[in-house]
Amino acid sequence: MKKLIANREIDVNEEGYLLDFKQWDREICECIAGECNVVMTEKHWEVIAYLQDKHHKEEPLSIRGIKRSGVINIKEFYNLFPGGPLKKSTLIAGIPKPKSCI
Amino acid sequence: MRNLVILGAGTAGTMMANHLISKLPKKEWKITIVDQYETHYYQPGFLFLPFDIYTTKQVKKKGSKFIPKDVRYIQEKIELIEPEKNVVQLEKSGELAYDILIVATGTKIAPEEIDGMAGPEWYKSIFDFYTYEGAKALRNKLREWEGGKLVVHITEMPIKCPVAPLEFAFLADSYFKNKGMRDKVDITYVTPLGGAFTKPKATKALHHLLEEKGIKEVTDFNIERVDYENKKIIDYADIEIEYDLLVTVPTNIGDALIERSGMGDDLNFVPTDKATLQTKDYENIFAIGDATNLPASKAGSVAHFEAEILEENILRYIKGEPLKAEFDGHANCFIETGGGKALLIDFNYNHEPVEGTFPFPGIGPLNLLKESRMNHMGKMAFRWIYWNMLIKGISIPFVSAKMSEKGKHLEETV
Repeated sequence: MKKLIANREIDVNEEGYLLDFKQWDREICECIAGECNVVMTEKHWEVIAYLQDKHHKEEPLSIRGIKRSGVINIKEFYNLFPGGPLKKSTLIAGIPKPKSCI
Repeated sequence: MRNLVILGAGTAGTMMANHLISKLPKKEWKITIVDQYETHYYQPGFLFLPFDIYTTKQVKKKGSKFIPKDVRYIQEKIELIEPEKNVVQLEKSGELAYDILIVATGTKIAPEEIDGMAGPEWYKSIFDFYTYEGAKALRNKLREWEGGKLVVHITEMPIKCPVAPLEFAFLADSYFKNKGMRDKVDITYVTPLGGAFTKPKATKALHHLLEEKGIKEVTDFNIERVDYENKKIIDYADIEIEYDLLVTVPTNIGDALIERSGMGDDLNFVPTDKATLQTKDYENIFAIGDATNLPASKAGSVAHFEAEILEENILRYIKGEPLKAEFDGHANCFIETGGGKALLIDFNYNHEPVEGTFPFPGIGPLNLLKESRMNHMGKMAFRWIYWNMLIKGISIPFVSAKMSEKGKHLEETV
Protein backbone atom coordinates (compact mmCIF):
# COMPACT_ATOMS: atom_id res chain seq x y z
CA MET A 1 0.00 0.00 0.00
CA LYS A 2 0.94 3.66 -0.42
CA LYS A 3 1.26 6.16 2.38
CA LEU A 4 1.77 9.89 2.12
CA ILE A 5 4.91 10.74 4.08
CA ALA A 6 6.52 14.18 3.76
CA ASN A 7 4.17 14.83 0.81
CA ARG A 8 5.53 11.83 -1.07
CA GLU A 9 3.85 8.54 -1.89
CA ILE A 10 5.85 5.85 -0.08
CA ASP A 11 5.35 2.06 -0.35
CA VAL A 12 4.70 0.57 3.07
CA ASN A 13 3.26 -2.64 4.51
CA GLU A 14 0.12 -2.73 6.67
CA GLU A 15 2.16 -1.87 9.77
CA GLY A 16 3.77 1.13 8.08
CA TYR A 17 7.22 -0.37 7.49
CA LEU A 18 8.91 0.81 4.30
CA LEU A 19 9.00 -1.76 1.51
CA ASP A 20 11.76 -0.07 -0.49
CA PHE A 21 14.72 1.34 1.38
CA LYS A 22 15.60 3.51 -1.64
CA GLN A 23 12.60 5.68 -0.74
CA TRP A 24 14.06 6.46 2.67
CA ASP A 25 15.89 9.68 3.43
CA ARG A 26 16.34 12.03 6.39
CA GLU A 27 13.13 13.89 5.66
CA ILE A 28 11.04 10.72 5.53
CA CYS A 29 12.82 9.54 8.64
CA GLU A 30 11.96 12.67 10.63
CA CYS A 31 8.35 12.45 9.54
CA ILE A 32 7.96 8.86 10.70
CA ALA A 33 9.79 9.71 13.93
CA GLY A 34 7.34 12.55 14.49
CA GLU A 35 4.42 10.12 14.12
CA CYS A 36 6.06 7.98 16.81
CA ASN A 37 6.56 11.02 19.07
CA VAL A 38 10.31 10.75 18.72
CA VAL A 39 12.40 13.88 18.18
CA MET A 40 15.59 12.92 16.38
CA THR A 41 18.86 13.80 18.12
CA GLU A 42 22.44 13.01 17.16
CA LYS A 43 22.30 9.82 19.22
CA HIS A 44 19.12 8.75 17.39
CA TRP A 45 20.87 9.17 14.05
CA GLU A 46 23.81 7.15 15.26
CA VAL A 47 21.54 4.28 16.29
CA ILE A 48 19.59 4.47 13.02
CA ALA A 49 22.85 4.25 11.04
CA TYR A 50 23.93 1.23 13.10
CA LEU A 51 20.60 -0.56 12.50
CA GLN A 52 20.71 0.14 8.77
CA ASP A 53 24.27 -1.11 8.57
CA LYS A 54 23.34 -4.36 10.35
CA HIS A 55 20.33 -4.76 8.09
CA HIS A 56 22.37 -4.32 4.92
CA LYS A 57 24.86 -6.90 6.14
CA GLU A 58 21.88 -9.23 6.71
CA GLU A 59 22.73 -9.59 10.38
CA PRO A 60 19.66 -10.17 12.54
CA LEU A 61 18.70 -7.44 14.98
CA SER A 62 18.02 -8.26 18.59
CA ILE A 63 18.06 -6.64 22.01
CA ARG A 64 21.17 -8.73 22.79
CA GLY A 65 22.85 -7.37 19.68
CA ILE A 66 22.16 -3.83 20.90
CA LYS A 67 23.86 -4.68 24.18
CA ARG A 68 27.01 -5.66 22.29
CA SER A 69 26.79 -2.95 19.64
CA GLY A 70 29.14 -0.50 21.35
CA VAL A 71 26.82 2.25 20.07
CA ILE A 72 24.27 2.34 22.85
CA ASN A 73 23.23 0.37 25.92
CA ILE A 74 19.76 -1.11 26.25
CA LYS A 75 18.54 1.36 28.85
CA GLU A 76 19.44 4.32 26.60
CA PHE A 77 17.88 2.51 23.65
CA TYR A 78 14.57 2.32 25.57
CA ASN A 79 14.87 6.00 26.48
CA LEU A 80 15.44 7.06 22.87
CA PHE A 81 12.61 4.95 21.44
CA PRO A 82 10.13 4.47 24.30
CA GLY A 83 7.77 1.48 24.15
CA GLY A 84 9.08 -1.28 21.86
CA PRO A 85 12.43 0.27 20.85
CA LEU A 86 13.36 -2.30 18.19
CA LYS A 87 9.99 -2.03 16.47
CA LYS A 88 10.01 1.76 16.56
CA SER A 89 13.64 2.29 15.60
CA THR A 90 13.43 -0.05 12.60
CA LEU A 91 10.22 1.67 11.46
CA ILE A 92 12.02 5.02 11.60
CA ALA A 93 15.14 3.57 9.96
CA GLY A 94 13.09 2.41 6.97
CA ILE A 95 14.06 -1.26 7.37
CA PRO A 96 11.84 -4.30 8.04
CA LYS A 97 10.55 -5.06 11.51
CA PRO A 98 12.94 -7.62 13.01
CA LYS A 99 11.60 -11.11 12.84
CA SER A 100 12.05 -12.66 16.21
CA CYS A 101 11.55 -15.66 13.89
CA ILE A 102 11.87 -19.27 14.89
CA MET B 1 41.32 -45.30 6.87
CA ARG B 2 39.48 -42.01 7.12
CA ASN B 3 37.74 -40.56 10.16
CA LEU B 4 34.32 -39.08 10.60
CA VAL B 5 33.88 -37.59 14.07
CA ILE B 6 30.57 -36.58 15.63
CA LEU B 7 30.65 -34.25 18.63
CA GLY B 8 27.66 -34.73 20.92
CA ALA B 9 25.53 -37.85 21.44
CA GLY B 10 22.21 -36.10 21.95
CA THR B 11 19.24 -36.40 19.60
CA ALA B 12 21.03 -35.09 16.48
CA GLY B 13 24.43 -36.74 17.05
CA THR B 14 22.97 -40.14 17.88
CA MET B 15 20.75 -40.02 14.78
CA MET B 16 23.72 -39.16 12.56
CA ALA B 17 25.76 -42.08 13.93
CA ASN B 18 22.85 -44.40 13.14
CA HIS B 19 22.30 -42.90 9.70
CA LEU B 20 25.91 -43.02 8.59
CA ILE B 21 27.03 -46.39 9.93
CA SER B 22 25.12 -48.27 7.26
CA LYS B 23 26.11 -45.86 4.50
CA LEU B 24 29.88 -45.46 4.87
CA PRO B 25 32.06 -48.42 3.82
CA LYS B 26 33.59 -49.88 7.00
CA LYS B 27 36.91 -50.59 5.33
CA GLU B 28 37.37 -46.93 4.47
CA TRP B 29 35.66 -45.00 7.24
CA LYS B 30 35.84 -45.08 11.01
CA ILE B 31 33.01 -43.26 12.79
CA THR B 32 33.61 -41.88 16.28
CA ILE B 33 31.12 -40.10 18.53
CA VAL B 34 32.18 -38.12 21.60
CA ASP B 35 30.02 -37.02 24.51
CA GLN B 36 30.99 -36.40 28.12
CA TYR B 37 27.67 -37.52 29.61
CA GLU B 38 26.54 -41.06 30.25
CA THR B 39 22.81 -40.37 30.18
CA HIS B 40 20.64 -39.70 27.13
CA TYR B 41 17.58 -37.69 28.15
CA TYR B 42 14.21 -37.67 26.41
CA GLN B 43 14.06 -33.89 26.52
CA PRO B 44 10.40 -33.48 25.47
CA GLY B 45 9.63 -35.35 28.69
CA PHE B 46 10.98 -32.50 30.81
CA LEU B 47 7.68 -30.74 30.13
CA PHE B 48 5.73 -33.54 31.82
CA LEU B 49 8.05 -34.30 34.70
CA PRO B 50 7.05 -31.25 36.82
CA PHE B 51 3.39 -32.30 36.69
CA ASP B 52 4.02 -35.92 37.68
CA ILE B 53 2.78 -37.08 34.26
CA TYR B 54 6.11 -38.76 33.53
CA THR B 55 8.44 -40.35 36.05
CA THR B 56 12.16 -39.65 36.12
CA LYS B 57 12.77 -43.14 34.75
CA GLN B 58 10.72 -42.46 31.62
CA VAL B 59 12.93 -39.60 30.49
CA LYS B 60 16.44 -41.05 30.76
CA LYS B 61 18.39 -43.99 29.48
CA LYS B 62 22.01 -44.91 29.10
CA GLY B 63 23.31 -43.13 25.98
CA SER B 64 25.58 -45.96 24.80
CA LYS B 65 22.50 -48.17 24.22
CA PHE B 66 21.61 -46.12 21.17
CA ILE B 67 25.02 -45.95 19.54
CA PRO B 68 25.61 -48.67 16.89
CA LYS B 69 28.28 -51.16 17.95
CA ASP B 70 30.54 -50.39 15.02
CA VAL B 71 30.73 -46.76 16.04
CA ARG B 72 33.49 -45.89 18.52
CA TYR B 73 31.90 -44.15 21.51
CA ILE B 74 34.17 -41.98 23.63
CA GLN B 75 32.69 -40.70 26.86
CA GLU B 76 34.94 -37.76 27.56
CA LYS B 77 34.95 -33.99 27.73
CA ILE B 78 35.89 -32.18 24.51
CA GLU B 79 38.42 -29.43 25.22
CA LEU B 80 38.80 -27.80 21.83
CA ILE B 81 38.12 -28.02 18.11
CA GLU B 82 41.09 -26.92 16.00
CA PRO B 83 39.53 -26.55 12.56
CA GLU B 84 42.72 -25.39 10.88
CA LYS B 85 44.48 -28.60 11.95
CA ASN B 86 41.48 -30.92 11.52
CA VAL B 87 41.77 -32.20 15.07
CA VAL B 88 39.70 -32.23 18.22
CA GLN B 89 41.39 -32.11 21.63
CA LEU B 90 39.89 -34.45 24.22
CA GLU B 91 40.37 -34.07 27.95
CA LYS B 92 42.09 -37.41 28.62
CA SER B 93 42.97 -39.10 25.35
CA GLY B 94 44.31 -35.97 23.68
CA GLU B 95 44.24 -35.42 19.95
CA LEU B 96 41.54 -36.94 17.74
CA ALA B 97 41.98 -36.31 14.02
CA TYR B 98 39.08 -36.08 11.58
CA ASP B 99 38.48 -35.86 7.86
CA ILE B 100 34.87 -34.84 8.38
CA LEU B 101 33.47 -33.33 11.57
CA ILE B 102 29.81 -33.09 12.57
CA VAL B 103 29.07 -30.63 15.36
CA ALA B 104 25.99 -31.68 17.33
CA THR B 105 26.74 -30.13 20.70
CA GLY B 106 23.28 -28.65 21.20
CA THR B 107 22.22 -25.73 23.35
CA LYS B 108 22.23 -25.09 27.08
CA ILE B 109 20.48 -22.71 29.41
CA ALA B 110 22.47 -19.78 30.79
CA PRO B 111 20.53 -18.32 33.74
CA GLU B 112 23.68 -16.41 34.78
CA GLU B 113 23.07 -14.08 31.80
CA ILE B 114 20.34 -12.27 33.79
CA ASP B 115 21.10 -10.54 37.08
CA GLY B 116 19.46 -12.22 40.03
CA MET B 117 18.19 -15.27 38.13
CA ALA B 118 20.78 -17.88 39.11
CA GLY B 119 21.14 -16.37 42.60
CA PRO B 120 20.12 -17.66 46.03
CA GLU B 121 16.51 -18.29 44.96
CA TRP B 122 17.45 -20.61 42.06
CA TYR B 123 15.49 -23.83 42.57
CA LYS B 124 13.71 -22.26 45.57
CA SER B 125 11.27 -19.81 43.97
CA ILE B 126 12.90 -19.60 40.51
CA PHE B 127 13.01 -22.68 38.28
CA ASP B 128 13.75 -23.81 34.76
CA PHE B 129 12.27 -26.94 33.21
CA TYR B 130 14.77 -27.28 30.36
CA THR B 131 17.14 -29.47 32.37
CA TYR B 132 16.54 -32.74 34.17
CA GLU B 133 17.60 -31.13 37.47
CA GLY B 134 15.31 -28.13 36.95
CA ALA B 135 12.27 -30.17 35.93
CA LYS B 136 12.72 -32.51 38.90
CA ALA B 137 13.23 -29.67 41.41
CA LEU B 138 10.11 -27.99 40.02
CA ARG B 139 8.10 -31.19 40.38
CA ASN B 140 9.02 -31.33 44.06
CA LYS B 141 8.10 -27.67 44.50
CA LEU B 142 4.72 -28.04 42.75
CA ARG B 143 3.81 -31.06 44.87
CA GLU B 144 3.78 -28.88 47.98
CA TRP B 145 3.04 -25.42 46.56
CA GLU B 146 -0.06 -23.83 48.05
CA GLY B 147 -0.71 -21.35 45.27
CA GLY B 148 -0.13 -17.71 44.47
CA LYS B 149 1.27 -15.96 41.42
CA LEU B 150 2.80 -18.32 38.88
CA VAL B 151 4.77 -16.54 36.17
CA VAL B 152 5.84 -18.56 33.11
CA HIS B 153 8.55 -16.58 31.39
CA ILE B 154 10.84 -16.56 28.32
CA THR B 155 14.06 -14.58 28.70
CA GLU B 156 15.05 -14.10 25.05
CA MET B 157 14.84 -15.82 21.68
CA PRO B 158 15.89 -18.18 20.22
CA ILE B 159 15.02 -20.99 22.62
CA LYS B 160 14.83 -24.73 22.25
CA CYS B 161 11.25 -25.78 21.50
CA PRO B 162 9.56 -22.35 21.39
CA VAL B 163 6.17 -23.87 22.20
CA ALA B 164 7.26 -25.56 25.44
CA PRO B 165 6.67 -22.56 27.73
CA LEU B 166 3.13 -22.23 26.37
CA GLU B 167 2.53 -25.91 26.91
CA PHE B 168 3.83 -25.47 30.44
CA ALA B 169 1.26 -22.74 31.09
CA PHE B 170 -1.57 -24.89 29.64
CA LEU B 171 -0.54 -27.95 31.63
CA ALA B 172 -0.23 -25.87 34.81
CA ASP B 173 -3.85 -24.77 34.31
CA SER B 174 -4.95 -28.43 34.06
CA TYR B 175 -2.73 -29.53 36.94
CA PHE B 176 -4.12 -26.99 39.39
CA LYS B 177 -7.69 -27.67 38.23
CA ASN B 178 -7.19 -31.36 38.93
CA LYS B 179 -5.79 -30.56 42.35
CA GLY B 180 -8.88 -28.44 43.04
CA MET B 181 -6.82 -25.31 43.59
CA ARG B 182 -7.02 -23.43 40.29
CA ASP B 183 -8.74 -20.53 42.09
CA LYS B 184 -5.67 -20.14 44.31
CA VAL B 185 -3.29 -19.80 41.35
CA ASP B 186 -2.89 -16.79 39.15
CA ILE B 187 -1.04 -17.72 35.91
CA THR B 188 0.74 -15.11 33.77
CA TYR B 189 2.60 -15.85 30.54
CA VAL B 190 5.43 -13.38 29.89
CA THR B 191 7.27 -13.24 26.56
CA PRO B 192 9.73 -10.95 24.74
CA LEU B 193 7.78 -11.60 21.53
CA GLY B 194 4.89 -9.48 20.33
CA GLY B 195 2.47 -12.39 20.80
CA ALA B 196 2.11 -15.92 22.11
CA PHE B 197 4.18 -17.51 19.33
CA THR B 198 6.58 -16.59 16.56
CA LYS B 199 4.19 -17.13 13.63
CA PRO B 200 0.98 -15.08 13.15
CA LYS B 201 -1.69 -17.79 12.55
CA ALA B 202 -0.50 -19.99 15.39
CA THR B 203 -0.25 -16.92 17.63
CA LYS B 204 -3.95 -16.23 17.06
CA ALA B 205 -4.98 -19.78 17.92
CA LEU B 206 -2.74 -19.91 20.96
CA HIS B 207 -3.80 -16.49 22.22
CA HIS B 208 -7.38 -17.70 22.12
CA LEU B 209 -6.46 -20.76 24.20
CA LEU B 210 -4.63 -18.66 26.79
CA GLU B 211 -7.71 -16.47 27.14
CA GLU B 212 -10.02 -19.45 27.42
CA LYS B 213 -7.92 -20.86 30.26
CA GLY B 214 -7.74 -17.58 32.15
CA ILE B 215 -3.99 -17.22 31.64
CA LYS B 216 -2.81 -13.60 31.46
CA GLU B 217 -0.45 -12.62 28.69
CA VAL B 218 2.32 -10.01 28.87
CA THR B 219 4.13 -9.45 25.55
CA ASP B 220 7.18 -7.43 24.45
CA PHE B 221 8.77 -7.94 27.87
CA ASN B 222 12.57 -7.82 27.64
CA ILE B 223 13.85 -8.78 31.06
CA GLU B 224 16.66 -6.77 32.60
CA ARG B 225 16.90 -8.42 36.02
CA VAL B 226 15.21 -10.53 38.65
CA ASP B 227 14.65 -8.81 41.98
CA TYR B 228 14.62 -12.08 43.89
CA GLU B 229 14.31 -10.37 47.30
CA ASN B 230 11.04 -8.70 46.38
CA LYS B 231 10.04 -11.48 43.95
CA LYS B 232 9.68 -9.35 40.83
CA ILE B 233 10.97 -9.51 37.28
CA ILE B 234 11.81 -6.13 35.78
CA ASP B 235 12.25 -5.26 32.12
CA TYR B 236 14.21 -2.50 30.37
CA ALA B 237 11.11 -0.30 30.21
CA ASP B 238 10.86 -0.61 34.03
CA ILE B 239 7.74 -2.75 33.87
CA GLU B 240 7.57 -4.97 36.95
CA ILE B 241 5.79 -8.30 37.29
CA GLU B 242 5.42 -9.90 40.70
CA TYR B 243 5.64 -13.63 41.21
CA ASP B 244 5.55 -16.19 43.98
CA LEU B 245 6.82 -18.91 41.67
CA LEU B 246 8.85 -18.00 38.59
CA VAL B 247 9.22 -20.67 35.91
CA THR B 248 11.60 -19.21 33.37
CA VAL B 249 13.27 -20.27 30.17
CA PRO B 250 16.71 -18.70 30.57
CA THR B 251 18.83 -17.49 27.64
CA ASN B 252 19.78 -20.44 25.42
CA ILE B 253 23.39 -20.56 24.28
CA GLY B 254 25.50 -23.03 22.37
CA ASP B 255 28.05 -25.18 24.18
CA ALA B 256 31.05 -23.41 25.74
CA LEU B 257 33.25 -25.62 23.52
CA ILE B 258 32.11 -23.61 20.51
CA GLU B 259 33.16 -20.37 22.18
CA ARG B 260 36.51 -21.82 23.28
CA SER B 261 37.13 -22.93 19.71
CA GLY B 262 36.21 -19.51 18.31
CA MET B 263 33.53 -21.00 16.07
CA GLY B 264 30.32 -19.38 17.34
CA ASP B 265 28.19 -16.25 16.97
CA ASP B 266 27.02 -14.00 19.85
CA LEU B 267 25.17 -16.91 21.40
CA ASN B 268 27.80 -19.60 20.65
CA PHE B 269 25.75 -21.03 17.80
CA VAL B 270 27.72 -22.21 14.77
CA PRO B 271 27.13 -20.19 11.57
CA THR B 272 25.77 -22.83 9.20
CA ASP B 273 24.33 -22.83 5.68
CA LYS B 274 20.58 -23.10 6.22
CA ALA B 275 20.07 -25.35 3.20
CA THR B 276 23.12 -27.65 3.08
CA LEU B 277 24.10 -27.72 6.82
CA GLN B 278 27.74 -27.15 5.96
CA THR B 279 29.37 -24.66 8.33
CA LYS B 280 30.08 -21.30 6.77
CA ASP B 281 33.78 -21.28 7.65
CA TYR B 282 34.98 -24.85 7.06
CA GLU B 283 33.94 -27.10 4.22
CA ASN B 284 34.68 -30.36 6.05
CA ILE B 285 32.71 -29.33 9.15
CA PHE B 286 28.94 -29.74 9.24
CA ALA B 287 26.54 -28.79 12.01
CA ILE B 288 23.14 -30.15 12.96
CA GLY B 289 20.37 -29.61 15.49
CA ASP B 290 20.36 -26.98 18.22
CA ALA B 291 24.09 -26.21 17.78
CA THR B 292 23.50 -24.34 14.49
CA ASN B 293 22.38 -20.75 13.96
CA LEU B 294 19.69 -21.83 11.47
CA PRO B 295 16.52 -19.72 11.45
CA ALA B 296 14.48 -22.85 12.20
CA SER B 297 13.06 -24.09 15.49
CA LYS B 298 15.47 -25.74 17.87
CA ALA B 299 13.60 -29.00 18.21
CA GLY B 300 14.05 -32.74 17.90
CA SER B 301 11.77 -32.92 14.88
CA VAL B 302 13.94 -30.37 13.09
CA ALA B 303 17.10 -32.34 13.93
CA HIS B 304 15.35 -35.46 12.61
CA PHE B 305 14.52 -33.84 9.27
CA GLU B 306 17.98 -32.28 9.06
CA ALA B 307 19.61 -35.68 9.63
CA GLU B 308 18.14 -37.07 6.42
CA ILE B 309 19.42 -34.08 4.46
CA LEU B 310 22.83 -34.11 6.12
CA GLU B 311 23.31 -37.82 5.47
CA GLU B 312 22.85 -37.20 1.74
CA ASN B 313 25.13 -34.16 1.71
CA ILE B 314 27.93 -35.95 3.54
CA LEU B 315 27.81 -38.79 1.04
CA ARG B 316 27.97 -36.22 -1.77
CA TYR B 317 30.82 -34.37 -0.08
CA ILE B 318 32.83 -37.60 0.16
CA LYS B 319 32.31 -38.24 -3.55
CA GLY B 320 33.36 -34.67 -4.33
CA GLU B 321 29.90 -33.81 -5.68
CA PRO B 322 28.06 -30.52 -5.06
CA LEU B 323 25.90 -30.47 -1.91
CA LYS B 324 22.52 -30.75 -3.51
CA ALA B 325 20.26 -31.70 -0.67
CA GLU B 326 18.50 -28.67 0.72
CA PHE B 327 16.90 -28.40 4.12
CA ASP B 328 13.66 -26.37 4.01
CA GLY B 329 13.37 -25.60 7.73
CA HIS B 330 10.70 -28.26 8.28
CA ALA B 331 9.41 -28.50 11.88
CA ASN B 332 6.58 -30.60 13.24
CA CYS B 333 5.46 -30.04 16.83
CA PHE B 334 2.68 -31.25 19.04
CA ILE B 335 1.50 -28.56 21.42
CA GLU B 336 0.02 -30.00 24.59
CA THR B 337 -2.95 -27.84 25.60
CA GLY B 338 -4.01 -29.58 28.81
CA GLY B 339 -7.06 -31.70 29.61
CA GLY B 340 -5.80 -34.54 27.41
CA LYS B 341 -5.78 -32.51 24.22
CA ALA B 342 -3.10 -31.17 21.91
CA LEU B 343 -2.56 -29.13 18.78
CA LEU B 344 -0.23 -30.08 15.96
CA ILE B 345 1.75 -27.61 13.86
CA ASP B 346 3.76 -28.35 10.71
CA PHE B 347 5.79 -25.58 9.07
CA ASN B 348 9.06 -24.59 7.41
CA TYR B 349 11.20 -21.55 6.51
CA ASN B 350 8.58 -20.29 4.06
CA HIS B 351 5.23 -21.49 5.33
CA GLU B 352 3.85 -20.64 8.73
CA PRO B 353 1.68 -23.21 10.57
CA VAL B 354 -1.86 -23.31 9.16
CA GLU B 355 -4.97 -25.44 9.56
CA GLY B 356 -5.38 -28.69 7.69
CA THR B 357 -4.90 -32.44 8.11
CA PHE B 358 -1.77 -34.50 8.69
CA PRO B 359 -0.06 -36.62 7.45
CA PHE B 360 -2.72 -37.65 4.90
CA PRO B 361 -4.23 -34.72 2.97
CA GLY B 362 -7.95 -34.39 3.71
CA ILE B 363 -7.97 -37.42 6.01
CA GLY B 364 -5.66 -36.85 8.92
CA PRO B 365 -5.97 -38.53 11.37
CA LEU B 366 -4.24 -35.57 12.95
CA ASN B 367 -5.64 -32.04 12.75
CA LEU B 368 -3.33 -29.11 12.22
CA LEU B 369 -3.69 -26.09 14.48
CA LYS B 370 -6.83 -27.49 16.14
CA GLU B 371 -7.15 -29.04 19.56
CA SER B 372 -7.95 -32.75 19.61
CA ARG B 373 -7.52 -35.87 21.70
CA MET B 374 -5.94 -37.63 18.74
CA ASN B 375 -3.16 -35.06 18.67
CA HIS B 376 -2.56 -35.65 22.38
CA MET B 377 -2.31 -39.39 21.76
CA GLY B 378 0.19 -38.62 19.02
CA LYS B 379 2.28 -36.67 21.47
CA MET B 380 2.18 -39.46 24.04
CA ALA B 381 3.05 -42.07 21.42
CA PHE B 382 5.98 -39.96 20.42
CA ARG B 383 8.04 -41.00 23.45
CA TRP B 384 8.01 -44.58 22.17
CA ILE B 385 8.77 -43.40 18.63
CA TYR B 386 11.68 -41.35 19.97
CA TRP B 387 13.42 -44.16 21.83
CA ASN B 388 12.65 -46.87 19.29
CA MET B 389 12.74 -45.16 15.91
CA LEU B 390 13.78 -41.55 15.84
CA ILE B 391 17.24 -41.62 17.42
CA LYS B 392 17.96 -44.95 15.80
CA GLY B 393 17.60 -43.21 12.47
CA ILE B 394 14.53 -45.17 11.34
CA SER B 395 12.29 -43.02 9.14
CA ILE B 396 8.85 -42.25 10.47
CA PRO B 397 6.31 -43.51 7.91
CA PHE B 398 4.49 -40.87 5.86
CA VAL B 399 6.45 -37.97 7.34
CA SER B 400 9.08 -36.67 4.93
CA ALA B 401 12.10 -34.49 5.61
CA LYS B 402 10.70 -31.78 3.36
CA MET B 403 7.40 -30.26 4.40
CA SER B 404 4.42 -31.36 2.34
CA GLU B 405 2.10 -28.60 1.16
CA LYS B 406 -0.77 -31.02 0.60
CA GLY B 407 -3.77 -31.01 2.93
CA LYS B 408 -2.87 -27.59 4.26
CA HIS B 409 -4.83 -24.37 4.00
CA LEU B 410 -1.88 -22.38 2.73
CA GLU B 411 -2.63 -18.82 1.79
CA GLU B 412 0.62 -17.01 1.52
CA THR B 413 4.30 -17.39 1.97
CA VAL B 414 5.91 -15.59 4.86
